[in-house]
Amino acid sequence: MSMEQIIDKYFRPGRLPHIWCPGCGNGVITGAIVKAIDQVGLDQNAVAVISGIGCSSRASGYLDFNTVHSAHGRAIPVATGIKLADPSLNVVVITGDGDATAIGGNHLIHAARRNIDMTVVLYNNSIYGMTGGQYSPMTPLGSKATTAPYATIEHDFNVTELVKAARATFVARATTFHTQTLIDLIAKGIQHKGFSFIEAVSACPISFGRQNKMGGPDAMMMWQRDHAAPLAAWEKLNDEQRQGKFPIGILYEDTSRMEYTEAYDQLIAKAQGGKK
Amino acid sequence: MKQELRLSGTGGQGLILAGIILAEAALLDGKLAIQSQSYGPEARGGSSKSEVIISDNVIHFSKVTSPDLLLAMSQEAANKYSNDLKPDSILMTDKLFVTELPAKYTGKTYELPITHSANNVLGKSLFANIIALSALVKITGIVSEASLEKAVLNRVPKGTEDANRRALQVGRDLVK
Amino acid sequence: MSKILLLQGNQAVVEGAIAAGCKFFGGYPITPSTEIAELLAERLPLVGGKFIQMEDEIASMGAIIGASLTGKKVMTATSGPGFSLKQELIGYACMAEIPLVIVNVQRVGPSTGQPTSPSHGDVMQARWGTHGDHWLIALTPASVPECFEITVRAYALSEKYRVPVILLMDEVIGHMREKIELPDTYDNIPQPERKLPTCPPEKFNAYATDESLVPPMPPFGSGYRLHVTGLVHDETGFPKGTGAATVASTDRQYHKLYDNLDDIVQVENYKLDDAEYAVIAFGCAARTAYDSIDRARAEGLKVGLLRPITIWPFADKQVKELASKVKGIMVHELNRGQYVLEVERAVAGKIPVTSYCKYDNEPATPAQLLAEIKKAMGL
Repeated sequence: MSMEQIIDKYFRPGRLPHIWCPGCGNGVITGAIVKAIDQVGLDQNAVAVISGIGCSSRASGYLDFNTVHSAHGRAIPVATGIKLADPSLNVVVITGDGDATAIGGNHLIHAARRNIDMTVVLYNNSIYGMTGGQYSPMTPLGSKATTAPYATIEHDFNVTELVKAARATFVARATTFHTQTLIDLIAKGIQHKGFSFIEAVSACPISFGRQNKMGGPDAMMMWQRDHAAPLAAWEKLNDEQRQGKFPIGILYEDTSRMEYTEAYDQLIAKAQGGKK
Repeated sequence: MKQELRLSGTGGQGLILAGIILAEAALLDGKLAIQSQSYGPEARGGSSKSEVIISDNVIHFSKVTSPDLLLAMSQEAANKYSNDLKPDSILMTDKLFVTELPAKYTGKTYELPITHSANNVLGKSLFANIIALSALVKITGIVSEASLEKAVLNRVPKGTEDANRRALQVGRDLVK
Repeated sequence: MSKILLLQGNQAVVEGAIAAGCKFFGGYPITPSTEIAELLAERLPLVGGKFIQMEDEIASMGAIIGASLTGKKVMTATSGPGFSLKQELIGYACMAEIPLVIVNVQRVGPSTGQPTSPSHGDVMQARWGTHGDHWLIALTPASVPECFEITVRAYALSEKYRVPVILLMDEVIGHMREKIELPDTYDNIPQPERKLPTCPPEKFNAYATDESLVPPMPPFGSGYRLHVTGLVHDETGFPKGTGAATVASTDRQYHKLYDNLDDIVQVENYKLDDAEYAVIAFGCAARTAYDSIDRARAEGLKVGLLRPITIWPFADKQVKELASKVKGIMVHELNRGQYVLEVERAVAGKIPVTSYCKYDNEPATPAQLLAEIKKAMGL
């Protein structure tokens, strides 16, 4: 399908243009999500997209599915209610680094622990963009932000390791530079039965890039190219060579664990069979 | 006719269940009943109070203000919950735990070997609540013995019916 | 056929929820509401429903919002501290017009307070706890049978008006056991149905309404691919940043409830016909009041009770009518004076309003309230 056809089919008429700044990576990631949904061949009526609050979370309004623009940090609990109440729906969560790892951090780890079937795409632009450039839990140590005029003294989360430790069963990462990888990973995440998590490394040239002298959108894309290492290459690097770099690809996958709503159906059968 | 009863002791003695059973027995008799309780944060130990009001007419206020009967199964409960007894109230104590009767109270008192009998006759202290209930009903006649037995058997775990029937008998025998 | 049971108020809420067709509960344990979660964990799977213990109170609200969007009738239950945590998403549910039932079994606060003692300290929180202009319904039962009936009614109102309904209980009502007669099956309990759109999906505007001012609400997955947001939105459901859109949204949410107060506001009048003095009380305080009034009557004093069952919206009309009939009103509540503020506003100085507040962990006894009534009557 061409991009025009993709837009016609999956974007709501009249809702574009979007609110994102020129050079923002959010459009690339949102495009990757709909291409992945198209690639998997999901019924549009059976897809629910739930977002929180922030720049990336505006994406739900543009997309022609069952959509919820929920409250800050709360996309995952709302998605949990939707999925558990109606497991026939395919649930995709759109969230940002502040939304998912600060105010919504507790929800992220618990949804991972439950292994409830949803695909969480974290748009990581390393900053609170909508409020104008405050540091998030994923702002790298030593970065400038409007609330860190002397640079941050807090370490950032390694969010893929975090959700893995929280027992997510599909964990992946890509960047907006590696667009096709991103599409493929989201598609695999959707097909994965259980909690799937894809970190999409993105660029915010206005609120993060300018404060940290990253150059323009093109330079920030090149930064992604130069700092991301495909998993196979990453595994060959020694600790010194890994400094400042991060792996992309499927970082963890476990298909052996039962998904939450399936486990709940078994619980219903057990309860109705009179067992405790 | 409205009667207020307070069953008190230590958490874990089964007094909340005893109150529920008594209230359910009253419903079986066609009366109205309210059961309520107060409890501290402890699941076991600490003072426990279960209150039952039984009446032929509608009961609005749900708390006991002047008990017609106080069952005290610990010394602390006997001291703490006996202040609002009336001259014509009845005080029932478990002799094993209550060694000093409340000094102020001079009304009718039954000092019964409740837990002692549970241990000696039934081999388990956990029947003390049923023994106490049975004695209480024998003393007051507040519910029929048939309804009490039915209410007990509705609530106790399957397989323990005979032991609980024996506990009811032990309780009746404690009251001469 | 029916059965006679001795149930706790919290248990009767569970029966009411099951009877009304509740199929989803998301919650977090908190005294004195926990029995509701425990019982629904057992009961919901038996009727094909779902129970989930979420990671916190906020997540519980999020989960029931999500479940409601799929067309299910939903519930959460909490007490003061948890109710505070839920407030942000209660505002979301008001703005997005999501039917749901929230139980708050009140205990003494603020903060951890007295977790096992009754209170009416959340009366104002129930009304104004969330941010922004908003309207919702709060109901307050005073007996175990009423816990059942009012829970069923909470679902009916919530679905009819697409609004969060708060079941504002107190520890006494939640924990006391009382006689209740329940039908053997709930098949004959009328199931509140959510209004569905009649137009095809391509013509559907998610928040377009008829004269009822309540928009139809298709479930997710039904082909109506609606957008739900907490931003101010127009009838399409999509964000609209104009002042006119804010006014239209605010006014419709007000009028959908306040144009229907006769349907929503329910009070009980007890011995008020010839009363010269009136008590206003709800929840466990009303139970004290019935007895105090019976004792006052036995002494020849013409005292009656107005018991709000719908606590929000405020029973403005009923209180104003009462103020034109009696010589004085006493508001009795288990806090330092909350509901009395609304009564004073409605009475507007026409007759004396006296506040009898009880906030020492125990409900007032009938003798205590009677003494206060007599004092206020100048006797």
